[in-house]
Amino acid sequence: MSTFVYMTRCDGCGHCVDICPSDIMHIDETIRRAKNIEPNFCWECYACVKACPNHAIDVRGYADFAPMGHSVRVRREEEKGTISWKIKFRNGTTKDFVSPITTKPWGKFIPKLAEGDKPNQEEIKSQVLYNEPEGLNTKKELPSVPKDSFKKGVYY
Amino acid sequence: MITNNPFSTLSEVVSPVAMQGFLVTMIALAAIGTLIDIIHKKNVKYFFENAKKAKKNATRELKAGERFSIIAKTVVYDIGTTSELGAGKRRVAHLLGMYGTILFWIASTVMIFCYSSSSTTPFAWPIIWHAGAIMTILGGCWFWFFLRVNVYSEAQPWYRIIKADLFVLALISTSLFGLIWSYLQSLNLNERWDDKVFLVLYVVSNIVLFGGVYWSKFAHMFYKPGAAIQKNLAEADGSRDNLPPEADASEKFGPGIKREAPKHY
Repeated sequence: MSTFVYMTRCDGCGHCVDICPSDIMHIDETIRRAKNIEPNFCWECYACVKACPNHAIDVRGYADFAPMGHSVRVRREEEKGTISWKIKFRNGTTKDFVSPITTKPWGKFIPKLAEGDKPNQEEIKSQVLYNEPEGLNTKKELPSVPKDSFKKGVYY
Repeated sequence: MITNNPFSTLSEVVSPVAMQGFLVTMIALAAIGTLIDIIHKKNVKYFFENAKKAKKNATRELKAGERFSIIAKTVVYDIGTTSELGAGKRRVAHLLGMYGTILFWIASTVMIFCYSSSSTTPFAWPIIWHAGAIMTILGGCWFWFFLRVNVYSEAQPWYRIIKADLFVLALISTSLFGLIWSYLQSLNLNERWDDKVFLVLYVVSNIVLFGGVYWSKFAHMFYKPGAAIQKNLAEADGSRDNLPPEADASEKFGPGIKREAPKHY
């Protein structure tokens, strides 16, 4: 499956280009609207589908296993913190789902890395990641893999 | 300068009939270009097929009055204020360019057809013409230099010109050359060539703008209103292009991903 863009809905805002982890959503040079330049490399993560403020992106099923007439569409409402899905089957049956995206206010709990302390060499070499173990809500020390147990040829 | 009808001064050299003929030719070029574009891209066919699909999936039938009210609301709000662009610079730049162009075209038509042969023109029309041109240049340049998605989201250099720029650049140059020509002409340069050069540039940019409809984004101004109307009708009749309904929840969070401009390349 791969994403495609409804050109009548797209307004060329660039959010899909910005968010695509495969870097395959690009801007068409003739009409300045988004397009999937490499459908074979799309892994259907739905990031662009959800990010599109105009619901202009859909995912196309391959004809051999996705029967004609089916549809899977999503509406992301950031201000409400919800994501709704509508699954439409070939026989006309539809199922609607609504899930919360987040329970925290947007932007409030995003770590401001640039404002944080600069890590020293010891912290950089350490096996724990930024904000660990506090960020994981655990007061315990995290397990680590001793360097002498690494396979020969692996250097850290 | 701003209260002078530039076409009235031009009528001393070019006959009003020739100017009117040029304007009609430009309208005809735009119409023919749009028609070829429709045939080539099959837009109208797509719209009708989409409308048929929406009718089939509709959960309720819209009455004529309701339909009219949705269309009127779409024209006033969605199209009149280009609401799809959300709140921000893109929308302001688009509104400046859109209303500037509309004013510029209306004032050009009125001044060429009604006042090009008379010595006096109501001062409002030249002011509208000049103001429209300035608005188009401001909105167009703001968009072209700072808001092009292929530049800010794809990291393309600002000086790279692509086919999609044909429309906006032709629009800016039409207004810009028109303004410069009007200014130079108001100086009464008589024997000098300056104003004539800019008159030629103004004419050429008009030909590129209206003659290049098939290759440019010109026709989007006809399709976008149609798409907005279809989208709102589909939302009202329950077909919603297969999208789920809006969630029954209150708006307690912020704008999320939309709070940041998509320029993290």
